[in-house]
Amino acid sequence: MRFVDEFRQPELIARAAEEIRRLADPTRHYRLMEVCGGHTHAIYRFGLKDVLPDNIELIHGPGCPVCVLPMGRIDDGMSVAQDPNVIFAAFGDMMRVPGTHGSPLEHKARGRDVRIVYSPADALKLARANPDKHVMFFAIGFETTAPSTALTVLRAKAEGVRNFSVFCNHVTIIPAIRAILDSPDMRLDAFIGPGHVSTVIGCRPYEWIAQNEHKPIVVCGFEPLDLLQSIVMLLRQLKAGEAKVENQYKRVVPWEGNRAALRAMGEVFQLRSFFEWRGLGFISQSALRMRDEFSEWDAEQRFSIPGIRVTDPKAAQCGEVLKGVLKPHQCKLFGRECTPEHPIGALMVSSEGSCAAYFNYEHRKQAMVNILSPTA
Amino acid sequence: MCLAIPGKIIEISSDNPDTALIDVVGVRRKVDLGLLQDDRPVAGDWVLIHVGFAMSKISEQDAAEQMETLRMLGESEAAVQEVRGYGLDEPSNRPWDGRNRVEDLE
Repeated sequence: MRFVDEFRQPELIARAAEEIRRLADPTRHYRLMEVCGGHTHAIYRFGLKDVLPDNIELIHGPGCPVCVLPMGRIDDGMSVAQDPNVIFAAFGDMMRVPGTHGSPLEHKARGRDVRIVYSPADALKLARANPDKHVMFFAIGFETTAPSTALTVLRAKAEGVRNFSVFCNHVTIIPAIRAILDSPDMRLDAFIGPGHVSTVIGCRPYEWIAQNEHKPIVVCGFEPLDLLQSIVMLLRQLKAGEAKVENQYKRVVPWEGNRAALRAMGEVFQLRSFFEWRGLGFISQSALRMRDEFSEWDAEQRFSIPGIRVTDPKAAQCGEVLKGVLKPHQCKLFGRECTPEHPIGALMVSSEGSCAAYFNYEHRKQAMVNILSPTA
Repeated sequence: MCLAIPGKIIEISSDNPDTALIDVVGVRRKVDLGLLQDDRPVAGDWVLIHVGFAMSKISEQDAAEQMETLRMLGESEAAVQEVRGYGLDEPSNRPWDGRNRVEDLE
């Protein structure tokens, strides 16, 4: 098997794949959701579907921060950036995500001051270095990233840096999982739990999924062996009729999470009553806003934000793909109008987006299959 | 953007215990240790770094495995590029390979 030769511990990978075949009941169809976009990328890159039996279907979840951000939030952020005194700073992942009037990169080409930073701390550094400008950090990410933003705001306040603010788009993973479980067109058997989000929140926040929803969940690492072992653990639970939270990624994820990170988040942020997710709609208490004590560093308080709501391009079916109702290639625009070079939806921009992952790996493989056997 | 980068702590700043010099496959930059204040690392420890902040302490073996994971995912160069970018340092000039980096803006 080509797959097995390329990775570390090939004998363990082969054994895990064999165990999956042994455990999977051939009369059953399994729908397992990997919540995290990093896992989606890994699954496509490693060609994991090739080693799984056909009746195990992996559904790609909402855990790609740029993918779930509604276009209106980008427009809101860019509206602030029209002010020549504002430096708009964001992670590289954001730069090519389309807004109504173009991506941040295209705004840059039109003369707006748009900068890539690799850390929120560097956005603060920009503010210190440019005292006559205002630096707005466009913050995105789940609980992996939110503590770093929180600590940066605490540092800005402690140092009295007043020409710095955060446009907060941080979201939280648990309400999204709840929304997916509540969705009537979603029937899932179990979850592959996010890896690095769990370094912050730990494993306890998933317990309701096991106890109330009776779905197994295994917190998982990012190697092929991690993913296959997690699938083995899920299948064992399903076979035994159990539902519990297990931690396959113990080498990195402590059961209790990172309390200092949670404290920093709790100090700076509070839950929004609701937030819009692309594809999933409005989800209550699913995102973070800055507490009133930090209003001076809250871009939504300091600037007049238009609060733009944009419906996605009609032909694009990002929402259905995000919910796992459609596979990426089933969208009418996939690979035609919408490609990684000319993305229409955010799922095609980020390497963690299922459309980009599908395009970069599966689509090319399929193209090769079509070339080799044109009648198939 | 959720991938964590393994690095070794070379030195903790004497005037700020929340700042450390770390080494990621030969690239040395400053990162923030503020999220590890309950379990402070010391020089020589290995940590996972995310957006310029150390997120968790890990063993040397786990660090080596994490770097290998990044390599397998095709993300090891991006990880080093990210670390190079910490502190707003200028990136190297390389053609765009589909990832978003600072040079896209130049």
